Parts: sequence; structure tokens; C-alpha cells
Amino acid sequence: MFTVPSLSDLNLAATLPATLLALGASVLLVLDLFVPKGRKALTAWLALAVLGVSLIVALLSLGDVVDLGTGEGAFFGLYIADSFTDAVSVIVLVTAMLGVAVAYNYLERTGMQRGEYYVLLLFSALGAMLMGAAGDLVTVFVALELLSIPLYILSGFRWRDEGSEESALKYFILGAFASGFLVYGIALIYGATGTTAFGGIWAATRDLLAADAATKYVLLLGAGMVLAGLGFKVAAVPFHMWTPDVYQGAPTSVVAYMSVAAKVGGFAALVRVLAWGLPDFVLSGQSAAAWQSTVWLIAALTMILGNVVAVAQNNLKRLLAYSSIAHAGYILIAVAAMGTAGVANEAARAVVIYLMAYAFTNVGAFAVIVAVERDDGGHTDIDNVRGLAKEQPVLAASMAVFMLSLAGVPLTAGFVGKWFVFKAGLAADLVPVTVIGVLTSAISAYYYLRVIWFMYFEEGEGKAQIAWPLAWGISVAAIGTLILGFFPYLLSDMARGIALAFGG
Amino acid sequence: MFGPSESSVIVECAGQGTCAVIHSILASLILFFVLLTGFAYTTVLERRFLAFIQARIGPNRAGPYGLLQPVADGIKLIFKEDVTPREAKKVAFWLAPLIKMIPTMLVLAVVPFGPKLAVPWFDGKWYRVTQGIVDVNVGVLWLTAITSVGVYGIVLAGWSSNNKYAMLGALRSSAQMISYELSMGLGIAIPVMMAGSMSLGDIIEAQNSTPILGWYVFRNPLGAAIMLVALLAEVNRAPFDLPEAEQELTAGYHTEYSGMKFALFFLAEYVAMIAVSAIAVALYFGGYHFVFVDKAPLLGPVVFSVKVFLLLVGMIWVRGTLPRIRYDRLMSFGWKVMLPLAFVAVAWTAFVVLLQDEVNTAAYVIVLALGWLVFLVALGWWLNRAGAKPDPLTTRRVEMVTLPGGRG
Amino acid sequence: MELTLFVIVGAIALLSAVMMLISENAVYSALFLILNFAAIAFFYLMLDAGFLAMVQLAVYAGAIMVLFLFVIMLLGADPVRHTTPRKLRWLPKAAMVLAVIFLLTASVAIIRGDVGAVGGVAPTLTADGQPLSFGSPAHIGWLLFTRYVLPLEIVALLLLVAMVGAIVLTRDSVGKRPPVVRRLANPPAELERPIVGESGQS
Repeated sequence: MFTVPSLSDLNLAATLPATLLALGASVLLVLDLFVPKGRKALTAWLALAVLGVSLIVALLSLGDVVDLGTGEGAFFGLYIADSFTDAVSVIVLVTAMLGVAVAYNYLERTGMQRGEYYVLLLFSALGAMLMGAAGDLVTVFVALELLSIPLYILSGFRWRDEGSEESALKYFILGAFASGFLVYGIALIYGATGTTAFGGIWAATRDLLAADAATKYVLLLGAGMVLAGLGFKVAAVPFHMWTPDVYQGAPTSVVAYMSVAAKVGGFAALVRVLAWGLPDFVLSGQSAAAWQSTVWLIAALTMILGNVVAVAQNNLKRLLAYSSIAHAGYILIAVAAMGTAGVANEAARAVVIYLMAYAFTNVGAFAVIVAVERDDGGHTDIDNVRGLAKEQPVLAASMAVFMLSLAGVPLTAGFVGKWFVFKAGLAADLVPVTVIGVLTSAISAYYYLRVIWFMYFEEGEGKAQIAWPLAWGISVAAIGTLILGFFPYLLSDMARGIALAFGG
Repeated sequence: MFGPSESSVIVECAGQGTCAVIHSILASLILFFVLLTGFAYTTVLERRFLAFIQARIGPNRAGPYGLLQPVADGIKLIFKEDVTPREAKKVAFWLAPLIKMIPTMLVLAVVPFGPKLAVPWFDGKWYRVTQGIVDVNVGVLWLTAITSVGVYGIVLAGWSSNNKYAMLGALRSSAQMISYELSMGLGIAIPVMMAGSMSLGDIIEAQNSTPILGWYVFRNPLGAAIMLVALLAEVNRAPFDLPEAEQELTAGYHTEYSGMKFALFFLAEYVAMIAVSAIAVALYFGGYHFVFVDKAPLLGPVVFSVKVFLLLVGMIWVRGTLPRIRYDRLMSFGWKVMLPLAFVAVAWTAFVVLLQDEVNTAAYVIVLALGWLVFLVALGWWLNRAGAKPDPLTTRRVEMVTLPGGRG
Repeated sequence: MELTLFVIVGAIALLSAVMMLISENAVYSALFLILNFAAIAFFYLMLDAGFLAMVQLAVYAGAIMVLFLFVIMLLGADPVRHTTPRKLRWLPKAAMVLAVIFLLTASVAIIRGDVGAVGGVAPTLTADGQPLSFGSPAHIGWLLFTRYVLPLEIVALLLLVAMVGAIVLTRDSVGKRPPVVRRLANPPAELERPIVGESGQS
């Protein structure tokens, strides 16, 4: 009756990093059953191995050392295998490896050690990778859920503690709500264009605009809804409410991973939807894509609110939560810049560069909080890092590096990220929002430097618990932050191959 | 038998607007009548047969052999006082019996009771009609969808009665139905896989490839067994009748109901028995097929009814012989035995179907035999394990009873 | 005929959705939601998507809502009392205004948009050259296992993750006591530290 495609039609080789991770995570879930309690280090090592293999494949593919069939779509175009996919995969996998390293001791000493933690983390990383590879709105949606649901569960991992429970519940309910927006937006886009594939949407948009059909308003509404749904994931401003509560309540090792992975996934999907699907959605009388003004408005609001509110925070986790809101704003400048024809490729590269820099820095910063935190989940206030420099000089130095990088001081990764993002913003003539970015960066310096001040110039007991995996995690993150800061061309080389498939 | 001659015009009824409407109305009326009569006499059958098992006589006063008993029962129920508790949620209390009854009447809409029949009409044409209401291509899904709606009646009845026994009965019932619906769904999926269609007509026809031995009960006994047990649980019949276990819960979810509203629950229960028997017959017991039915299509409904009757007798027999199982065991049986077995059955079926497509009959027969073997081995292993390893809870209970002066 | 049916069923769907929102009793809300699902299943039938209609009934009305009712009853189905803090009193009004604005925007967009009438971009499933036996089980199955096999696999992983998560969140790794039961047995005294978060105070 129907012809059945053979496996070779699916072009599985092109999806190798994701496929390996999926298989590895599934196998690990079963293997973990046979790992006795108290020896879960084995599970953690296996998780690292799975991530490592996948990372190596992704890196080889990114560096064009091996050709996995890059450039062609896999799974009938629902999976796009190009440089952007590889770059996103690399960022996610690095984050996940750091996340595992940070988590092991923390889970051990807080009595939460369960093999499922690592499995869920792997699955969520897979979701983030697939969001970067999505060639179709359907893939975006299911991958978003695969990213989010493990994160909801991980947030509630310490369910003995009501804060963790509250955090999981808040995240879950608001996240489900945001998913509703996303699906509704997808339905409207499908209604307007008759397809969910980005290539089809791109072509249909051209026809729509050429015919000057009024359907473009449906498309506009749909794009807005998708923006809202993904904006929730990356914690952009009108949809940021959940961030501080969730970050504060969830186990810190989870936040270290989640704060980066969810952002990477969300921004990757935003870039795919806006720059691959709707780059030419230019209403008459305008010079840039219809969604550009909305995005830069959101970016401006996000940066202002995140940075201003962060000034008043005394809990380190809350402070970093608002800081992560602010950083979403900076990346949104680059996303907005993609709306201007000709700048799209540069802006997409800026997004990737910023995310890579942010991954090392932010996981590292949360890893330091993990070290400072007590076993009962308390002790995360800014007062608790007083005098850390005396007791733990290396830890304090690493934290200082992360804070400087988050603030965007030159010779750190954060500076490189901001540089490329602002450059893209200027190239797209988005001067006001870029200026706001620079000004709010100056504000942010206050609260980041305040942390450093407390560590170095205030008296306190400065206690911290560091064990080896955590120390490795922190040092890798710190060294990564510095190396990327000293040699920016590493980052720009990584993003060099990124070119938009249909637009640009 | 009579039939269309060579020269007559035969029209498919399904495509004709008027014919389809008239046919479905007539078929609905007939089905409705048959179900209600069936309900009435199933109650008599149950009482007489149970009495026979328990060496009693049973109702034999009203009419010859007690055949007018349902009429007497009906008159009694109509004239009984219809009590609505003061604290009950009135709307829900009234709606519940209807919500329970309507789905049970609707389920059989997609089941064909005989082969297609050519019927002459006044305009000189012959119309080919199904001997049922409608045979749609998603019939099997209709079964799962509608059977699962019935649980709302129970839940609503339990909640609106404002009575703790009713509430407990309703909670038990919904938990039970959710648990067993999974096994039932998998049991339904097996014939779909084997026939390659979701239409019940196609499934029944597919079982006629070899007379009698082609029935899916012989080709997939494990699936059939799971299906039958799950259906028993789905209609809350003994030994799964915990929602209305009288020793613990008075009468379960319909404790507060009386008069005609109770009669509706009563009706729904027996109609549901008939309906699930009909489903089992259609899916696993060859539907209307037996030896002569191909020659004489009108025999179809008769064969179907006989099979349904046999299954009903079986259900009553089960009620007469098996004790009710404890609630926690009911749940663990559903999740830990039925569901894994159902998965095994589905996997096995998929394997067999694939093999049948790839190679031809010889290998298929071998696999069939192997399947039988696996089934028997699994059954033996399970029975053995069930006998060898006593439930710790039961053991503890026994010890408590034997303790001198204990609080047994 | 079809229009009449559509208007009637549409009215039922809208009304049940509104009633679901404004019912004070959670059980009635759930029941109205079921009615809404049934109405939507009817829409699918009118669109010749019988498969989808049956799945809608079996999955949503049959399985999910039963669980909802089950949980509502376990937790007690008392009517919601109005205990909204004064600070948040403006929320319902604001929500209503926003909903009206949204509905206006959406309807303007859809009316002006004249969805589906634009030449060349009307939704079609025949892009892959298959006969349009739209909505039949065979067609849906074929699409799921060919073009949409990637989302299907991702959803499979998703369900696995959800299942693992449900177990992780309800089962202690040591004992077998669900946390809810434990907490009911010995309330907050055994908590290791006070409640975190601004709005988490109970």
C-alpha cells in the first residue's frame, strides 16, 4: 500500500552525535540498575564517557575533520546537520560534562546520589542538541519538551526540601504554560504557511509577501507566540518570573547545568525559527524582518530589569539568576540583529560565541557556589563567601575569574562574547539597544565586583568543601574562560562555518 | 435462500445518503431491542445458573420456569421509592446513571453481527448493508474510547452520593479500570496487528482464512486470555467486583441509589457484560463465522449470539466459582502480571506477523508452535511461583490469627 | 446542515470551556473539560479525521481525565474558597482584559487572514506524492513512521524520561515510602530547614 523508506534514506550518519548520546543514555539507564548503591561513581564515569564520545564526534564534525554527511538534512529534513548544529552540540556537551563533574560530590554529600540524575541529565542534553538541529517546528517542540521535562524533575530532585519541591512545581507549571504558547504559535504558523518545515515556511513566506496576502497577520501572531514560548526557556523579560525562585530552590548542581543548557537550547531554537524559517518576513515599508523590533525591545527590557534587580540581591543563587536573565538580554541583541538582511550570519555566529563563553563561565560560577554550600542546601548568601580568599585562594581566584567574565572584563571569555554580540548589533543598526547593553554591563560590574570584594576584602570563615571531580570541573571552567578570553580566535574559528541555510 | 438474481442492480448502501440513514436507524432500533431483551434474560440466566452451581433452585415462580421474572423485577423497580439523599450533589447524582448506561449501549455500534447482506427495497434495487449499525475504519478505537468513558458514571455516582462507601467504591473502580485498561488496550491491539486493520469487519473476515482454527483465540491464546481477564475487570465482574464488594462497601458506588436510577446501573452492568462478550467474540472468537455462515449470511447473527451466550455463561461460572481477590492483589496482578504478559503477547504477535510477511506458511507454523510452548512454559512458571512463594502479608495475617490472645 | 452542526457543537465547546474556568468545584471543572474534549472530538469527526477523534476521546476523555478526577477526589473536592491575597486581586481583571485583547487580535488576524484561501500555500498533506486518504489510520501511521519518525522517536524518549521522573520524585532511593505519605505522617517538624522562596509560605 505504502512504500516504506529504508534506513539509508534517514541519513543516520549525519545525526551521529545525537544518536550516540540517545543510545548511550538509554543503555546507561539500564546499566545503572546493576550498579550497586554507594558505587554510583561508575554511573557518573559512564555518563562522562558517553558525553565524551559524543563530544569528540561533534568536534570532529565541527572541525570538518570527518564528513558525516554535513549540509544535508537527515530524517527527511527534520534534522539539519550543519555547522550550527555541531557548534550547539559542542556547547551543550561541554556543559553537560561540567554538569556531571560538578554534581557527583554534591549529590554524595547531600544524600541525593541516584543514578537517574545522570541519565536525566544526558536526556536533557540530547533535547538541547536536537533543538539546535531542528529543521521543523515539530522537532523544535518535542526537543524542547525533552530538554525541559528532565529539568523539571531534576529541580525537584531534593524533594525532602520544600524549596526544591516548590521550584520544581513552579518550573513545571509555568513551563507547561509556555509550551502551550509555543504549540499555539506553531499551529498558527502552520495555518498561515501550510507547513511546519523551516524550508517550507521560508518559501511560503516569500509567496505570502509577494501576493501581499493578509495571511501574513496570522503568521505574525504565530511568530509572536513562538517567541513567547521560547522566551520563557531563555528567561527573557516578560517571561522571566520563574527564574529566581527556581534557581534558588533547585539543587545547585542542577542549576549549574540548567542555567546554561536551557539557554543554549532556547536560543538555538530561536535562531533556527527566526533566522532559518522567517528571515525574509519583512512587512511592507520596513527594512528588517517583522520580528526584529519586538526582539530588541525584549532585549532592552531584559537587560535593564535583570541587571537592576540583581543589584539588590543578597543570595548568590538569586543574584546569578538575575544575572542569567540579563545575559539572555545580551544574546537577544544578536538575535534581533539577525533580522537585518546581510547581518544574519554574523549575528548567528555571535549567538554561538556568546553561548560558548557563557557555558564555561556560568557553570563555573555555580560550581563555586556548590563548593560553598552546606549539606542542607543553605549557606548560599553573599555573606557566606566572606574571607573565601584566605581559606581557599584558588577557589576564590576562580570565582573572581568567573565574575569578571560575567561582567565582560577584557581578557575573559565574557568579553569576547559581548564584543561579538555588540558588533552584530551595531552592524544591524540597532544602536539604541546596543548602547543599553553597554550601559547595563557597567551596572552589572557593581554586583559582580561586590562578590569579589566580599571574598577578598571582608573577614569571614570562608568555608568550602571541594573534592576532586568538583575541583576538576571548576578548574576546567576557569581555564576555559581564560583561554577563550586570551585567544578569541578559537571562538570565532568555531563559529566560522555557520551560514544560514535559506536566508542570508 | 433468496438473493439477488443475475440481472438485479446491487448498490452499496454505505455511499447512499437515504439508505445509510434508514439502515442505521433500523439497525439501532433492532440492536437496542435485542440488548434490552438480552439484559433482561441475562439476569435470569445469572440467577438460575448461580443457583444451579450452588445447588439451589433460583427464581422459578414468575411464569413458566421463572421466565417472567425480569418483568416482575422491572415492575418492582419502577414502583420503588426513588430516594435522593439530601446532601447529594443533585445534578451529578442524576447524571451518573445515564453516563454509566449510555456508553455501554453505544459500544456495539461498530460491531458487525453478520456478513454483508443484500436487501431488496421498493425501488427495485438491491442494497448491500452490514448487519450492524456501521463498520468504520477506526472501529477498534471506538471500542477503547467508549468503554473508557463509562468509568465517569461510577466516579460521579460515588462522589455525588456524599457517602463514604460510595466514594471508596468509586475510587477503587477508577483505579481498577485505569490499571486494566492498559492490558485491555494491548489485548485489542493484537487482533489489529494480525488483521492489519482497525475495522472490526476486516478483523472478523481475517479470522476466516481457515475455518475455526483461524480464529485468533487459537492463533494467539495468550492475547485472548489477557483480553478476557481484562474485560472481566473492566465491567467490574467477579472476581474483580471490588467496587461493589458488599462485605466491605455495602454496595459500592450505588449504595445510595434506589428505584429506576438503581435499575439503570443494574441495566448498565448487564448490558456491559453482553457488550464486552460481543467484543471478545468479534476480536478473538471469529465473530459471526462458523461453518455455514458463508452460504447463509442471515445465520451470522445467530452464530454470534450463541458465542456471546457461551461467554456469558463462562462469566457467570467464574463468578460462581472464584472468590473475590483482595484489593492490593488486584492492583499488583494488573500491573505486575497482566501488563508484562500483555507486552509479551504484543511482542510475540509482532514477531509472528513480521515472519509471516517475510517467509511463508511453514515457518509460520513452527513459530506458532514455539509460541504455544512459550505460553505454556510461562503459565507453568507463573503458577509454580505463585504457589511456592507466599505473600508476606498473608503470612503475617495468619500468624496474627494463631497468636494466643492476639488481636486477630 | 453542516453549518448548523458546527454552530451547535461550537457553542457547546465554548460554553463548556468557559464553565470549566468559572466552576468553583473542581469536579465540575473536570467534567466540563471532558465535555469540551468530546466537542472537539466531534469537530475532528466533522473534518473527516475519525482516527484523531477516537484518539482524542480515548486518550483525553478516557485516560487523562479519569486520572484528574481520581486525584481531585483523593485531595478532596471542596469548592475553591476566595483566599486570593489582596495584592493579587487585580489579576483576574487584568487577565480578562488581556484575554479580550488577545481574542480581538486573533480574530482580526484570522478574519483578515482568510486562512487557507491563498493560492499555493493552502495546507496539504500530499506533498510527498501519497494519495490523500486524509486522516485514515493507515495514512497517519505511514506519516508517523516515515516523515515524522524523528519526532516519534524523541517522544518515545520523552515518555521514558517522564516515567523515570515520576519514579524518582515519588520513591525514596532507600525505602519505599512515597514522600507525600511521609509528610502527612509527620508534618513540617522534620523538615531540615525553613521554607525557601518568597511565595512559598504556607
